[in-house]
Amino acid sequence: MPDLGKYADTVLAAYAVSLALILGLVLVSVIRSSRVKKQLEAIDKKVKSDG
Amino acid sequence: MKEPRVTSLWTYANPKKFIETTDKVLPWVATLALICLVTGLIWGFFFTPDDYRQGATVKIIYIHVPSALMAINAWLMMLVASLVWIVRRHHVSALAARAAAPVGLVMTLIALATGAIWGQPMWGTWWAWDPRLTSFLVLTLFYFGYIALWAAIENDDTAADLTSILCLVGSVFAVLSRYAVNFWNQGLHQGASLSLDEKENVADVFYHPLLVSIAGFVLLFIALVLLRTRTEIRARRTRALLARERMN
Repeated sequence: MPDLGKYADTVLAAYAVSLALILGLVLVSVIRSSRVKKQLEAIDKKVKSDG
Repeated sequence: MKEPRVTSLWTYANPKKFIETTDKVLPWVATLALICLVTGLIWGFFFTPDDYRQGATVKIIYIHVPSALMAINAWLMMLVASLVWIVRRHHVSALAARAAAPVGLVMTLIALATGAIWGQPMWGTWWAWDPRLTSFLVLTLFYFGYIALWAAIENDDTAADLTSILCLVGSVFAVLSRYAVNFWNQGLHQGASLSLDEKENVADVFYHPLLVSIAGFVLLFIALVLLRTRTEIRARRTRALLARERMN
């Protein structure tokens, strides 16, 4: 860990907020992508079976 | 007569072709984004010296500059996609603009948050009504408005039309955010960190990790927009199938 001196809180807070926002965005995007894909597959299957 | 071998860009406006192509491209872009982001941030955080004036807070530059850059460029990408929708009525372009908005919003929030956190010890205030900060705040509000407008309108085509107009209007603030430091000298915000002018540009020791970090943010943006556009295409198809089912 580098010596951040009196600005340790400032630098760490900036990194923590940013990484949390990026990770949140990636997680939400991946989870929604997988949910929508499954939903479409289920509806496609139903439409095909109904003829 | 033989078909020309060069594939037209408009081929990718076909949703099926878009999903097939991104199936192959997305893992590569996502992996490269991760490599560049991790390298750029670790390099910048652990292996660069403190600045003689800013001290260790200079390390915030590796997040603040790339996120601010992407916040503006995401809107410009949405502008191009919106213009393609208005002119050529390709659904994929409208959905790509929709997909990019939350990514752009998060980049804007990161830029605002890191700027405020940095500004407190350096300027003595979290916020100032500086031209660049203010135009950036207005751009944030445009992002919220754009996302809300898509969510509020049920008909996809009408939503795409109206959000495209909003995107055109918001572009004024995207451009202002980029160039405000150049033509408003009374602001607190310093000049651009990246410049062709050697005197203005940051020192090499900060510049190289910053470039890697910017590459990481650009690739992350591309990966997320591709992933989210695929989701929007599938969600649109789901809505169409459900609507067809209800009519039967």
